[in-house]
Amino acid sequence: MLETLGNLGLGFSVALSPEILLYAFAGCLVGTLVGVLPGVGPLAGISLLLPATFGLDATRAIVMLAGIYYGAMYGGSTTAILMRIPGEAASVMTCIDGYAMARKGRGGAALGIAAVGSYVAGTVSVVGLMLLAPPLATFALRFGPPEYVALLLLGLLVLAYMSSGSMVKSLAMAALGLLLGMVGIDQMSGYFRFAYGFVELGDGLGVVPVAVGLFGVAEILATAGKRTPPDVIKPRLRELLPSRQEWRESAAPIGRGTVLGFLIGILPGSAHIISSFVSYAVERRLSKRPGEFGHGAVAGVAGPESANNAATSGAFVPMLALGVPSGPIPAVMLAAMMVHGVSPGPMLIHQQPALFWGFIASMYVGNLVLLILNLPLVGLFVNILRVPYPYLYPAILVFSILGVYAVNGSVMDVWIMVVMGLLGWVLRKLDFETAPIVLGVVLAPMIELSLRQSLAMSDGRYAIFLQRPIAAVLLASGLLLVLLNVYSSVRRGRDWRARLTLTEKGEEAP
Amino acid sequence: MRIDRVSGVALAVLAAVVIEETWRLRLPLGTLANPGPGYVPVLLAVGLLVAGVLVTTLSRSSATLAGAGWAEWRHSVAILAVCAFVALALERLGYRLTMGLACVALLGAVERKPLVVTLLVAVGLAAGTYFLFDTLLRVQLPRGPLGF
Repeated sequence: MLETLGNLGLGFSVALSPEILLYAFAGCLVGTLVGVLPGVGPLAGISLLLPATFGLDATRAIVMLAGIYYGAMYGGSTTAILMRIPGEAASVMTCIDGYAMARKGRGGAALGIAAVGSYVAGTVSVVGLMLLAPPLATFALRFGPPEYVALLLLGLLVLAYMSSGSMVKSLAMAALGLLLGMVGIDQMSGYFRFAYGFVELGDGLGVVPVAVGLFGVAEILATAGKRTPPDVIKPRLRELLPSRQEWRESAAPIGRGTVLGFLIGILPGSAHIISSFVSYAVERRLSKRPGEFGHGAVAGVAGPESANNAATSGAFVPMLALGVPSGPIPAVMLAAMMVHGVSPGPMLIHQQPALFWGFIASMYVGNLVLLILNLPLVGLFVNILRVPYPYLYPAILVFSILGVYAVNGSVMDVWIMVVMGLLGWVLRKLDFETAPIVLGVVLAPMIELSLRQSLAMSDGRYAIFLQRPIAAVLLASGLLLVLLNVYSSVRRGRDWRARLTLTEKGEEAP
Repeated sequence: MRIDRVSGVALAVLAAVVIEETWRLRLPLGTLANPGPGYVPVLLAVGLLVAGVLVTTLSRSSATLAGAGWAEWRHSVAILAVCAFVALALERLGYRLTMGLACVALLGAVERKPLVVTLLVAVGLAAGTYFLFDTLLRVQLPRGPLGF
């Protein structure tokens, strides 16, 4: 514990330097600005703002990217409360009661509760991250190739299980992502695979063009032709402070949302979306007046907002400790770190302690910056939402192209983005989730290398995965998820995932 | 025609193409003890094939293809065409000119906004983002033959 505190002291000495503070501030501001734009969530936001960090050293760049991540997460709740449009998927639950509060003239209070809940959850969950990541990293040093194969497979299975649609379709998308990740030079033999003479494809498909195409461009393609979003409800600054009664009603949901969000965040999958759904369901179940939910219940804003922010920090645990992203957003963060020469994993904490603990400390600072920044600037964010979409989307498209091009200075990446945009748009129409594709692209090199090394170790026997206890437990957990999914399909009942789908589509409250 | 049936068949066809391409590109499968560069792609293609068959056979409750709602397709095609133009022109015409033209196409031709507003927004976006990223943040962006 003393060692942890000492390390945290080192982190704060890094994070509280004026320059690092400035980058944390800039990241939070820009992230929030991007997060309020409909359809541009944290995933596309980080991808398209990555070039802005190229001139910086690794610590500054990562602090700024983390700020963009939190900012984008928070920005999503502003549109959810004031327009009933979730800036990103995790804010879906906030739409229900946040917008209802706004219509009652309590939009400012809803924003205030969301900001404070996010701050508390973000700060508390960073403590969890700080305590959990180092021992997990030490444990991960016992992992060999078979354990990594099992862990990565489990990650994909959990993501597919947690997805709101069909598990088979999600697994098909994961397989597609893994196949896309096979493009380029084979690490073990040097063979050029599926590159068709394009030298630029030698390093494979970059995660940034794939993510921006599937999420940013596909969203523009799906939305641009539709009618302009509804009017924005603009709260006054003095309305931002919740009443004493509202504070009382939000305290316990913030606490529960924080714990739930962090625990769910550690699991692979779209944790921040699921955590907000679970938190909403828990709050409604525990409420003495469940009838208020859907009509402006304070707990319906406080719980989910806290949960999705806590999940954000939780998702960093496997990424920093194991080097394994638990979902598409950590996957893009991982890729962004690699661009800056940082390889997250068990050795990061020992080899680059200033960077690791500086990052942890900057998360505390970033949460405080968000709280200070967002409430006074809510008027500015609201005005951005008033820009008509026909003017807004060309700007988003320009930033998308710029972001994708600048990573490698390659037009090939722009083409990949265009193709992925088309693919993402078609896949949405066909009711497929695209997040597993992004995760598949990132995990493909790791999973292939580990699988081939495992087979080489065992002289071609797949039994190695069952003979090693950690790998066997991980695979058994994956099998359990498949069986659970088959069971719920056979029962043909609507489980929580089906209800989440309906809620996301706005067809039914949970 | 149901969307799951169409997508299931598409997945199966894609899997068959991957297997065929692995064979055509002569990517060795290797042995179980020493898998080659074609081993994992074929393994994944087989998985995709199984998923395609499952999606097709479980397609009874899915929506129809027409019911998926393709009303915005003209807009989408126009935006994709502009993106393709950018990819073709970016290193030939330079960043500012290409982005300016792309914005003019999107705002003027696709969205039918007034000419003056279109030009102002296009020039502002192209020059503004260039200044921010190339000049201030030192991200190298391409210049065309005219220095733009």
